[in-house]
Amino acid sequence: MLSRTADHLFWMARYMERAENTARILDVTYRLSLLPQNGEEVEAMWSGMLKIMELQDAYLAKYPAYSTEAVLEFMIFDRDNPGSIYRCLRATRENAHAVRGTLTSELWETSNETWLKMRDFTVAKLLESGPGAFFEWVKYRSHLSRGVTIGTMLQDEALRFIRLGTFLERADNTARILEVKYLNLLPGADEEQAHATDYYQWSALLQSVSAFEVYRKVYRDQITPLRVAELLVLRADMPRSLARSMKEVHSNLTRVSNARSAETERLAGELESHLRFGRIERIFEGGFRKYLEDFRDRIFDLGCRISDDFLIPTSS
Amino acid sequence: MAITKFFNEMTADDGSVRAHYAGYAAWLSETPADRIARKRAEADSLFHRYGITFAVYGEESGTERLIPFDIIPRIIPAQEWKDLEAGLRQRVKALNSFIHDIYHDQEILKAGHIPAEQVLNNAQYRPEMQGVNVPCDIYAAIAGVDVVRAGAGEFYVLEDNLRVPSGVSYMLEDRRMMMRLFPELFARHRVAPVEHYPDMLLHTLRSLAPVGVTDPTVVVLTPGAYNSAYFEHAFLAQQMGVELVEGQDLFVSEDQVFMRTTQGPRRVDVIYRRVDDDFLDPKYFRKDSMLGVPGLLDAYRAGRVTVSNAIGTGVADDKSIYPYVPEMIRFYLGEEPILNNVPTYMCRKPEDLAYTLAHLPELVVKEVHGAGGYGMLVGPASTKEQIETFRQYLIANPEKYIAQPTLALSNCPTFVESGIAPRHLDLRPFVLSGTEVQMVPGGLTRVALREGSLVVNSSQGGGTKDTWVLEA
Repeated sequence: MLSRTADHLFWMARYMERAENTARILDVTYRLSLLPQNGEEVEAMWSGMLKIMELQDAYLAKYPAYSTEAVLEFMIFDRDNPGSIYRCLRATRENAHAVRGTLTSELWETSNETWLKMRDFTVAKLLESGPGAFFEWVKYRSHLSRGVTIGTMLQDEALRFIRLGTFLERADNTARILEVKYLNLLPGADEEQAHATDYYQWSALLQSVSAFEVYRKVYRDQITPLRVAELLVLRADMPRSLARSMKEVHSNLTRVSNARSAETERLAGELESHLRFGRIERIFEGGFRKYLEDFRDRIFDLGCRISDDFLIPTSS
Repeated sequence: MAITKFFNEMTADDGSVRAHYAGYAAWLSETPADRIARKRAEADSLFHRYGITFAVYGEESGTERLIPFDIIPRIIPAQEWKDLEAGLRQRVKALNSFIHDIYHDQEILKAGHIPAEQVLNNAQYRPEMQGVNVPCDIYAAIAGVDVVRAGAGEFYVLEDNLRVPSGVSYMLEDRRMMMRLFPELFARHRVAPVEHYPDMLLHTLRSLAPVGVTDPTVVVLTPGAYNSAYFEHAFLAQQMGVELVEGQDLFVSEDQVFMRTTQGPRRVDVIYRRVDDDFLDPKYFRKDSMLGVPGLLDAYRAGRVTVSNAIGTGVADDKSIYPYVPEMIRFYLGEEPILNNVPTYMCRKPEDLAYTLAHLPELVVKEVHGAGGYGMLVGPASTKEQIETFRQYLIANPEKYIAQPTLALSNCPTFVESGIAPRHLDLRPFVLSGTEVQMVPGGLTRVALREGSLVVNSSQGGGTKDTWVLEA
């Protein structure tokens, strides 16, 4: 397969996944912002979320203060914000357009139709139906896109690069969603103590990654921070967990393996086995937030390596 | 001289429906208007969803538009198609012989049938191709010949497109759309299929592989996703099951062309290029081209890769060479031309210029190197001011223009805002030349949607129709 084609497929999948997870992260933050608390805490929450998304500076360059409406507008519609859902869906469609001949026509049409609908959305329409309905729509378009991918694409290299993009992005994004939990913690506050008090926050977080029922089914017990973290980090049977994402990254990587990708495969395998054999208590001992940040750094490094090995070969 | 009488494809002068349209006309009259309106809206939304669009130059980048699609097909009876097809095959054969001759012994120039300077000083003549042999001596493997009808059985060739003719994807999509919207029509009519065009194209390209290559790797070379015909490039690559590449995906090493893949370099044998000559190889042609492949011409001249259409075919479809095509048919094939050429006044000749200037209101004036319906004057449809402006252009640069009588292009009933009304149309059949010459029955029918307009180009607001060749 052409390297450029693989690059477009990889990024097409990443942007679709990113749009979905941005909807999820906005959804959970929005729900948390509705819990009883003062205005300052709500502002801190939005500013923290933007920080996790690495979009705080871009936001402040445009808006003087944090408000729910402004952040939603910025994160959903802003054409200058490369992280907005609008831009993610446009990038998904542009990447798909560049390789439409490699996609099944159903997959291309799904992506094109999503973009055409997104273009017609407005802030007014969003406020009328409530942000929840919009986030739901984004999630379902992503589900549809993934379903059409698996249901129609030949199981060849093209599919591997799409799946690689999906899961690498998901690994990064799930880690970010977990970080949202720590947003309204004031600096210096005791993590332990915070964990004990906030059932609603943990359950909102579980819901945002479609894991509330899963949690009940797996643990049949009350919600505790340790278990939530275990479910979303270490459980490979949980489709959005870090462990599951890395398992998929590693196996898809092995299947597209080429003469220069050995070290990238090894690093992915190493990260996967840490998750596979790790214990959540040990992770918490070292500090959960720090763990998540380190994890994201390693995902970033893997992304660069995949690019060098397969997508934009530096030499011919 | 105003033209008043046009040949209507569907109805005869006495108002009766022509035999080959009888079935469709009956269907149209018995189908409720609201069902048709619904189907037309459905067609629009499907074309949008499929992303069957073209980019418009000169508008905001990334602007994509639909080409309007009309649900009333252009129907051609079997016998008429047979004659047309014979004429097209003959013409394209002669044109390929001409290009081969020009880049080798130039017999036709020596015989004095065409003034040598017309060919050798033409901007489209590529001296780099002199003496280069190409597989099967085929230069224009894919030709899209624009044909119009003036009267019963009276076809004129307007233009031979031998460089990178486009539109075949619309021919295929229009058929797919008609079959999806109105399957019952296909049950009533024996419409010759066109769906095998991509197979035929692949077969043609493979047959032109460099000598000694038994299982050639074929690719489609596109300028990229922002090109106006990108949809078609992607469509054809997908339908043929070959890679769609951009210049940046290819490189040349020791006169061999390779593409960059996830598994390392892979050899390329046949390039169906949709990039103009000028941009193909920055080493030899335009230095600033980002769309080409440095060294491609070296590999090509060494016979290690086939480029289709060949470099330098533009010398044969230039408007200044067009008047000589009938002469080529006689010279190379020893046959009389089956299809008519439109009488052409070459304004570089003083007597032709004088005639043109005296008859501007009744002529069509075109730029010799123009395309896409830009830069032309349709005398009968123009205001006095427009005519005077063109007169000044002609006097300033006569060699840049040709003039032709305004043809009474046939028309066909078409859905427009006010209902169904006749609109002018042309036809672009595609002729594939490899080890054999092949065609699918029909082609792309383009229709001028503005009342009275004779310009069918999609860049000028033209639409398309499905084209049915009825089997006998």
